[in-house]
Amino acid sequence: MSKTETKLVPQPTTNLIPERDADKQPILEALNLGIDFGGLAAVDDFDFAVSPTEIAGLIGPNGAGKTTVFNLLTKVYQPSRGTILFDGQDTLSMNSVQLSRAGMARTFQNIRLFDNLSVADNVKVGLHNHINYSMASGVLRLPSYWKAERAANERVRELLSIFGMEHLEQAQAGSLPYGAQRRLEIIRALATNPKLLLLDEPAAGMNPSETAELMDNIVKVRDMFQIAIVLIEHDMSLVMGICEGICVLNFGKIIAKGTPSDIQNNTQVIEAYLGRRAEEGRHDAEGE
Amino acid sequence: MSVVVPKLQQLARKNLRTFLPYAVVIVAFVVVSVLANGGNISATLRGQLVPICAYVVLAVSLNLTVGVLGELSLGHAGFMSVGAFSGVTACIALSDTIPSQGLRLVVGMIIAAICAGIAGFLIGIPVLRLRGDYLAIVTLAFGEIIKNVINCLTIGKDSNGLHFGFLTTVQDLGMEADARVIINGPIGISNIPRLSTFTAGFILILVTLFIVINLVNSKSGRAIMALRDNRIAAESVGIPVTRYKLMAFVTSATLAGAAGALYAMNFSTIVATKFNFNTSILILVYVVLGGLGNITGSIIAATVLTVLPEMLREFNDYRMLIYAIVLILVMLATNNASVKALPAQAKAWFSRVVTGSSGSPGGDASIEADPRPDATVVDHDNQDADEQDDVSEVILDV
Repeated sequence: MSKTETKLVPQPTTNLIPERDADKQPILEALNLGIDFGGLAAVDDFDFAVSPTEIAGLIGPNGAGKTTVFNLLTKVYQPSRGTILFDGQDTLSMNSVQLSRAGMARTFQNIRLFDNLSVADNVKVGLHNHINYSMASGVLRLPSYWKAERAANERVRELLSIFGMEHLEQAQAGSLPYGAQRRLEIIRALATNPKLLLLDEPAAGMNPSETAELMDNIVKVRDMFQIAIVLIEHDMSLVMGICEGICVLNFGKIIAKGTPSDIQNNTQVIEAYLGRRAEEGRHDAEGE
Repeated sequence: MSVVVPKLQQLARKNLRTFLPYAVVIVAFVVVSVLANGGNISATLRGQLVPICAYVVLAVSLNLTVGVLGELSLGHAGFMSVGAFSGVTACIALSDTIPSQGLRLVVGMIIAAICAGIAGFLIGIPVLRLRGDYLAIVTLAFGEIIKNVINCLTIGKDSNGLHFGFLTTVQDLGMEADARVIINGPIGISNIPRLSTFTAGFILILVTLFIVINLVNSKSGRAIMALRDNRIAAESVGIPVTRYKLMAFVTSATLAGAAGALYAMNFSTIVATKFNFNTSILILVYVVLGGLGNITGSIIAATVLTVLPEMLREFNDYRMLIYAIVLILVMLATNNASVKALPAQAKAWFSRVVTGSSGSPGGDASIEADPRPDATVVDHDNQDADEQDDVSEVILDV
C-alpha cells in the first residue's frame, strides 16, 4: 500500500485535519479531556479532533492511556473533566448505548465477541437497532418479524462479504481463528451503521500478510461507508501506511500531533519510544 | 452440490434444535395418554402427571433466566407461589361468573401469569442491577419475602365481593356469615377446585415452549444472549442492558406464575411454605442437570427427577441417598469429555460399519476440538513484543 499523501490544515479548535474535510465540522472533538484513577491522572489535557472521513491514529508506548481514551470516548469510563463533542453534540449526559445509537462504534483490544452465538447472529446483534419489530411480533412470528429478519439476513451477508467471511456465517464466533475474530468484531461494529469507528489494536496477533490485507480493508471500509476511523495500533507499518493524522500519547498526555512524516521525525516521540539518547550513550559506556 | 449439502445439514440441525422440545413433549403426551387410557399407569404416577407438567414449565422458564440470560436466580418458587395463590383466588372468586371449568382454569392461569409477571417486574428493577452471586442472594431473599408475605395474607369472599387482610385473622375481615374464606394466612387455601388436568398441563408446556423458543430466536433473544456472553460489547453495539434483562426475567416469572396456578389446582390444599427455598433449588437442579440453555434437557430432567423419588419409594430409607447419587453421577457424566464424545464416536463407528470401509471416521469428532489453542495467545504476546521492536525500527529508518 502506498502512503496516503494528505495535506493537513489547522482546525480552529485543537487539531490538524485533512484538507478535503476542511469546511466540515469534525465528527469528534475532545477538549481538555481527562480522567483520574485514585489521584493518578491516567489521561490529562487530551485535545483531539477527527474529521468526518479521516483515518486517524492514536499511538504511544504501552500504558500511555490509549485504550483509556477509547473508554472515555465511548463512556465505558465517565470523564473526570473535559468535553466530548460527537457530531457537534455534547455527550456529557449520554451513555454507551446512546452513543452507539448516535453513531459511535468500537472494537476491543481483548476481543469481545458473543462467543456462543453464530457469526451471523453476532452481526445481527450489531444490527439490533436497525431491526424493527416488537417482542410480541417476535414471539408470535408476525409478518413484520419475517420481513425484518429476511432483510437482516441479507444485510449480514453483505457485511460479511466485505471481509470475505460469508462462508463462516453459521460458525460459532468463539471457535473462529484469531484473525477472523478481529475481522468479525469490525463487521459487528460496522453493522451499527456508525459515523465513527474506533479500532483498538485491529492488527494485534496478525501476521504481516494479514496486516497488509487489514490495511486495505480499513481504507476500503472508510471509502465505502464514508466514515471516520480512529485506530490504536502498535504496528507502525499500518499506522504510517494508512493514517492521515496521528496523535502520540505518553503517560496520559499528548506529546505530538501531525502527519506520519511529522511524527517519524519528532524527537519527543523517538524519546518516548526509545528513551533519551544521552542515557543510551551512558548505558552503553557502562556496558563496555 | 458441495455447497447445498452442508447448507441442508445446517438447516436440519437448526430445525432439530427448534423442534426437538416440541417433539419430545408431544410424543410423551401421546404415549402417557394411551397408557393411562389402557389403565397401565400406577395411581402414584397418575397423581404426578400435573406436577410434572408444572415442573417442566418451571424448569423451561427458569432456563430463560439462568441459561439464556446467564443470571442465577434462586427465587423461582416465589413467582410460582404468587401464581398459585393469585390463580386459585381468581378461580374461586370467579366460580359463579364462569361456570365452565376449562375456561375458569385458563382465566385463572392468565391472572396468575399477570400477577407473577408484575411481581417479577417489581423485583427485577432493583435485583437486576446486581450481578453474579449478589443477584443470586437477593433473588433468594425475595423468594423468602414473597413466601412470608403470602403467609400473612387473608382473603375472603362474600356477597359484597373480595375482602383482603394482612396480618389479621379471618374474623377481622368483617364478612357476612355465609362468606367463603379463600386464603387463611398460614393455613393457606383449602377446598381448592381441582381444575388442573394432564391435558391442560400439556397445553401449558406447549405454550411455554412456543414463547421461550420464539423469544430466543428473535431480535430480543439475541440481545439477551449477547448480554450473557459479553455485557460491555453488547452495550457498545447499542443494546440497553436493563431492558433486556428485565424482559427475560419478567417472561420467566410470568410463565412460572402460570405453572404455579396449574400446580396448585391439582391439590385440594396448598400452603405458602410449600414454595420455599428448597423448591427453588429443586427447579434449579432440573435446569443445571438438563444443561444451561438446553430446553429439551430441562424437560427431560424435570420429568425424570420428579418421577425418580416416587420410583425409589420402595428403597424407603435410602431414597434421598440414591437420588443424590444419581444427581452426582449425571453431573459427572455430562461434564466428562469422553462421555460427551460418545455420540460422535458412535456415529463414526456406525458410518464405518455402513460403508464397510476402514476410512476416516469423518469430521464429526473434530467438532469438539478447540480451534484456538493456548499457543495462539502466547504467540500474540510475543508478537506484541516484536511489534515494539518494529516501532523502533520504523522510527529510526526515517
